[in-house]
Order: sequence, then structure tokens, then C-alpha cells
Amino acid sequence: MTLTEKIISQKVGREVHADEIVMARVDLVLANDITAPLAIKEFQKMGAKRVFDGQRIVFIPDHYTPCKDVQSAENVRLMREFAKEQDIIFYEIGRGGIEHTLLPDEGLVLPGDLVVGADSHTCTYGAITAFATGVGSTDAAFAMAFGEIWLRVPRTMRFVYKGYLRPWVGGKDLILYTIGKIGVEGARYKAMEFTGEVISRLTMADRFTMTNMAIEAGAKTGLIPFDAVTLKYIQPRAQREYKVFELGKADEIIEIDCSQIEPQVACPYSPANVKSVWELTHISINQVVIGSCTNGRLEDLREAARVLKGKKIHPNVRLIVIPATHKIWEDALRDGLLEIFSSAGAVISPPTCGPCLGGHMGVLGKGERAVATTNRNFPGRMGHRESEVYLASPAVAAASAIMGRIAHPEEVL
Amino acid sequence: MKLRGRALVVGDDIDTDQIIPAVYLTSTDPVELGKHCLEGYAEDFPSRIRQGDILVAGDNFGCGSSREHAPWAIKGAGIQCVIAKSFARIFYRNAINIGLPILECPGGLPAEDGDEIEVDLDSGIIRNLTKNIEKSAEPFPDFLQEIIQAGGLVEYARRRING
Ligand code: SF4
Repeated sequence: MTLTEKIISQKVGREVHADEIVMARVDLVLANDITAPLAIKEFQKMGAKRVFDGQRIVFIPDHYTPCKDVQSAENVRLMREFAKEQDIIFYEIGRGGIEHTLLPDEGLVLPGDLVVGADSHTCTYGAITAFATGVGSTDAAFAMAFGEIWLRVPRTMRFVYKGYLRPWVGGKDLILYTIGKIGVEGARYKAMEFTGEVISRLTMADRFTMTNMAIEAGAKTGLIPFDAVTLKYIQPRAQREYKVFELGKADEIIEIDCSQIEPQVACPYSPANVKSVWELTHISINQVVIGSCTNGRLEDLREAARVLKGKKIHPNVRLIVIPATHKIWEDALRDGLLEIFSSAGAVISPPTCGPCLGGHMGVLGKGERAVATTNRNFPGRMGHRESEVYLASPAVAAASAIMGRIAHPEEVL
Repeated sequence: MKLRGRALVVGDDIDTDQIIPAVYLTSTDPVELGKHCLEGYAEDFPSRIRQGDILVAGDNFGCGSSREHAPWAIKGAGIQCVIAKSFARIFYRNAINIGLPILECPGGLPAEDGDEIEVDLDSGIIRNLTKNIEKSAEPFPDFLQEIIQAGGLVEYARRRING
């Protein structure tokens, strides 16, 4: 059996195999300020009265928060009231942050869990060996009512990363390289597994970055096997029992030699349109965004600060730094990172998805170009339909902010 | 059930940001969302849609975010069915869940804007009457048939709650 089949079998109560459609028990249901209002509406249409277990449901306002207008405020008000009525876990701004960084950090998702979230990047939690996948609001409503979800058991596509990483190459570069290789639907309907010696040496932050972007290759989830690094992360956080599932079979195995990989950049308008940073150093930019559920963790901010320390950003560039959660914001403050950013000329935002989805806090105008540590660069993703987003690591983003064009960190250090 | 309508053709990898740009996501009203259906793909697209049209797409239709606003916008705009070479998975399940008929047509359906399309949802047979082409779509697994026949996941759930 594959790792995925083992986890889902446990939730169905019998042995299940790839391609089967099953009804499975969920350990956690997630919805945010875009998807929860719709889920609540559908929940009521179903005629449901009480959620299956409020303490296994989390509502997080993070996309348009702090609320950008009246309608977003009304949406969050609806979520807040419903959460109160149903005893659902709710994270207010100033205590919460971006859902996919917050949930594992708070110990709400644990290894072996089956998690569904009404957000496509729910696949992030595969980094702690949970089977987690994005669903729609109606699915979330169904899961809230019954604690179950219908799923097609996916096939498994395993990636084995070999060799060593060059300086300034990390999780973001590996996942961009992988998506560039297999394309935006290279893993459609499948579970991607990221394994090998290179992965076992990665930090949790880098691992989350990789599983976060599995959806960008069309995958249902991205998984990383449980090891000492996972254990160290989980131990202080887990407040309930969890089960560790070992790696199993795979339907397909792809080996990747990492030794020649340079920092990677995904060019408009596809996360698969990937090039080495060296091919793009002529591209001038207007804005840099460092943050999001992909790269807004403390390690990411440290990496950016290492590049930006004692430097000023280019006069033509606006730099926006967004720590992913309130806790990370505070840690970055305590570690002096925020001061480094601020002295370099950055504006520091409260935790929010903000510009990542073109919502607020740094939307792009016509013809403007940004380097972002986010995960999508589809047309209009960060603003105007004719604006452009280049996806890269925090180090490349920081170096680019200094140079006013896409740059390798080596160029500024 | 047979559906008949005018083809509206779009390309490959149409993501959810193009189907319904994020600025409209604070709304949950299908009709309101429908007014901006595929506006991120072509600004004048909403004005080209007529009630009962059939959307014909390429590969990986609906990739990107999990927003159900995307199939709702399509439904709200009056499009009665989507045919694609392939669908992104969350879009696929969202469409089923909200009762928007979708058909995955291997190789894709050759069509141009305005072609007369006929779809038989039970047999999966798709016809381009203008071009005289017949294709057959992947049949739905039984469980999904059940949801589709109930008219979507909400109705399916409602029946389960009411026993
Ligand atoms: S940071 Fe971006 S990708 Fe992540 S949840 Fe928010 S909008 Fe989605």
C-alpha cells in the first residue's frame, strides 16, 4: 500500500486502494473568510443544525483581513457569529495569521490526520505526514455536518531528491524546479511524495514550502515522510494522540539530482514557467512581496534579512514584508528582523494573505512587475490583468529588491 | 437528460482567478458572480454569454484556488454545462457538488464560438451539430452519479439528514 492508502484506509475503516471513491472520516475541517461564508450558507441549506464537532473545525479570517471593506467585514462577522454559536475554533486577527502556517504551528494538525480545508493550499500539512487536501465550500459544509468527505483515493507519484544543494537553494527552488519539470498538471489527481537525502536534511519551513505548492502541479496533496525533524516540530505542539504512517509503495518514481539546481524563478503566467535566476537578471521590477503561506515563516524572514541587513532597497522598488502569523511577527520583532526590513525601506504588513491573491495591501497596477515569494502567478493574480508576478525564494526576492531587478543573492552579498 | 446550446470556446489552463477575479470574492451570490464570469480571461466575456450556452474548454480547466465562486459564477451567468479536455480536481468536485454539469472529453471537443452543441448527460455522448462531430465523455462513477442525480451535494446531504 502507499502512504496515502494507509492513511485513508484508517479513516474509512477498511483497506482502500487508488482510484476508489470512498467516504472518509476527517480529523479537521478548515475554512477562511472567503470560503466559510459560502460553507455556512450551504450548511444551512442542507438543513443541518449542529456541526459534528466544533473543536475539529477551524475558521480563520486571513485573506481580506484586517477587513478591507464593509463586505469583507460582514463576511468575517458571519463567520465569527457562527463559530461562537457552534463552538468552532476561531482565530481573531492579532492572535492568528495565515491558515496554512497557523494550523500546524498551533498543533491543530497532526501526523496521520485526514484534513480537508476549503482552500487549495491545504495540501501544505503533508509536510507533517498528514493527508490534507483542498476542497470547495460545499464539501466543507458537508464535512462540518457529518465529519466526513467523499474522496477519490489518489495514485502516488514519488520524487526522490538526491545529491547536495548549492548555496541559496532551498525548498522553494526544489518545488519550482519540480513543477517546471512536470508542468501544472503533471501530478493532476495524484499524491506527490517528496523524499530522499536532500529532503531529510531540509528544515520544516522548507518542507512546508514544498508541500504547499503541490497543488500547483495539480496534485491532490504533497507528502513528506515522518522523521526526526518532523518529530522535533510536532512534540512540543501535539495535544492529542497521533499516528505515524510509514512510507509505502509508489505508483511512479522520479529521481531528481539537485546538485546542479540554481535558485529558480517562475515567470508569468504559470508556476511551471520556471527558469534559473541567472537567465532573468535583466528583468526590472516595481515591487517585492515576502510572505504568504508559502514563504512567510520565521526561517523565510531570516533568510531575507540575511540578504537585506545593512542595505537599502532600490529607489524604484516597493518592498512589502508580511510575517505569516502574529507569533512569527512577534518573533521577527524580537530577533531584530523587522528593524532590518524597515531600515532597508520595507513596509511591514500585519499577517494577511493580502497581495498574494490581489486582495489588498499591495495590489499591482497595469504593467507592473513583482517578485513574490508566493505560489501563483496567473494573469491578474496580484492585481491588474496586465501585471506580472515572478515567483522566487525569500533570498532571491530580497536580492531583487536591492538591485531593482531579478537578482541572485550572491550579487549583493 | 439532454442539453442543447451554443458553444463558447476558451483555451487551456483557465484558472479560477480568470474565471472569477479575487476582487469579486466578497460576494456569494451566483447571479452577482455570474456578471463577472471569465472576466479575468477576456474583459468582454460576460457580455458574450447567453443563457443556456455551453462552455467548451481545453486542458486543466479550473486550476488554481478552491473557490467555489468559480463554478457558481459559471452557473450564475447562465452557462448550462462545461465540456473540457480535462478539469483541475478541486474544480471538478466543486462543479459536481453544486450541480453544474461537467463532462471530461478525452482529446477535447473541436468547436468554435456559436457552434450548436448537444450533450447527453446519461450516456456521455457529446455532439457538435454544426461540425457533425460526435465524442463520448468519461462516465461518472456510481457514487458521483448519485450526487449528480440528487442535484448536488446539498440535496444529497439534506436527504441524509432527513433520513
Ligand atoms: S497566502 Fe496566498 S496562497 Fe496562501 S492561503 Fe493566502 S491567498 Fe492562498
